Amino acid sequence: MSFDVDVQRRLGDVRVEVRFSASAGLTALYGPSGVGKSSVLNMIAGLLKPDRGRIVVAGQVLFDADAGIDLAPEHRRLGYVFQDGRLFPHLTVRDNLLYGRRLGDVAGPVAFDEIVDILGVGPLLARRPQGLSGGEARRVAIGRALLRHPRALLMDEPLSGVDPARREGVLALIERLRDQLGLPILYVSHDRNEVDRLARSVVEIIPSG
Amino acid sequence: MLTPAEWAVIGLSLKVSLVATGLGLPIAFALAWALARWRFPGRFLLDGVIHLPLVAPPVVIGWLLLSAFGPAGPIGRLLADLFGVSLMFRWTGAAVAAGVMALPLMVRAMRLSIEAVDRRLENAARTLGASRTRTFWTISLPLALPGVLAGVVLGFARSIGEFGATIAFVSNIPGETRTLSLAIYTALQTPGGDGAAMRLALFSVGLSLVALAVSEYLTRRSHRQEARDVV
Repeated sequence: MSFDVDVQRRLGDVRVEVRFSASAGLTALYGPSGVGKSSVLNMIAGLLKPDRGRIVVAGQVLFDADAGIDLAPEHRRLGYVFQDGRLFPHLTVRDNLLYGRRLGDVAGPVAFDEIVDILGVGPLLARRPQGLSGGEARRVAIGRALLRHPRALLMDEPLSGVDPARREGVLALIERLRDQLGLPILYVSHDRNEVDRLARSVVEIIPSG
Repeated sequence: MLTPAEWAVIGLSLKVSLVATGLGLPIAFALAWALARWRFPGRFLLDGVIHLPLVAPPVVIGWLLLSAFGPAGPIGRLLADLFGVSLMFRWTGAAVAAGVMALPLMVRAMRLSIEAVDRRLENAARTLGASRTRTFWTISLPLALPGVLAGVVLGFARSIGEFGATIAFVSNIPGETRTLSLAIYTALQTPGGDGAAMRLALFSVGLSLVALAVSEYLTRRSHRQEARDVV
């Protein structure tokens, strides 16, 4: 199993409760806005602590409330593509891409040049993030997550903020990542069409009280 | 233009202010960080104590410093016992007075810029493998830097102008604690001292304007950066 997740967390009036196992390929977390899909990704990434539960990714236990295991985000080796991009404004595109790689403990499956090539961000390397279009910023964010050499990829609505003309490009890119790199991907979306096109399996999250 | 004695006053003032802001910087940053990021009991009290020099009469602050650092004061006795040093009537005491008076301005500027740092960017850095320490040095500090520098410049300007706390704490000793403001005051009390007072006053006005311009520039720069961060 690439993802083995069973978590619970109360956030104000909302109780986020999710349990699923996903094998390789792209798994979609699908559901309406505000149901806590991003919270699930944050819990897997270590940015939000579950009230209880257990998270295993690619064979490694990242969180286990009963066993007292709670790896820090920097030790989870996950690539997280945030919905809001979160490129570092004071660094160039190149330094953004390399931020996670500098610590490079392991030789990654893909080289820098290859990632730059796949993403088509070569002409942007010297620029700062604030001048990028939504689609460009998204591709840089994906590259940054990949160059961290993650054991799995978390993507939160990666098409939000991407203008319609560019959506196809990003979608095709995600398909390439899924098929060529063989990385397990957990993909959050509220768009049924995206999910149908990309996902091998779908986890549907429904609102609970 | 300026006489050697006046240059000496300016030199002493710059030395006192540089030490005051140099030593004040890490203290102010640590306090600003704690106030911006941590919730702890006594937070409001700490905030109040830090801001006291901004609202209390400077002479009162000087008297408080005298009570603490004087020969009978708790810190003064500690310094004397441990290191055999006293700040009384020394330029180091003037630096402490200037630093204490400048602290609230420095903390305020730094705190605002720390609060403006987007925590989501820090989280992103963590997911990319950066420890808390590395996140601080590569993300938080660079993003807060313009505000930190603006705080330093403001603190420096405030130190240069310090009068009340200094004269109450370490008196007005030529060559030792007679900094710019004290020298202007002394010149005004001296018959025929108008020329010296005017020259020193012009110099300090010029210095203040430069400091203000630099801090304004840095503040604007950090706000521009914030506006861009919203992308």
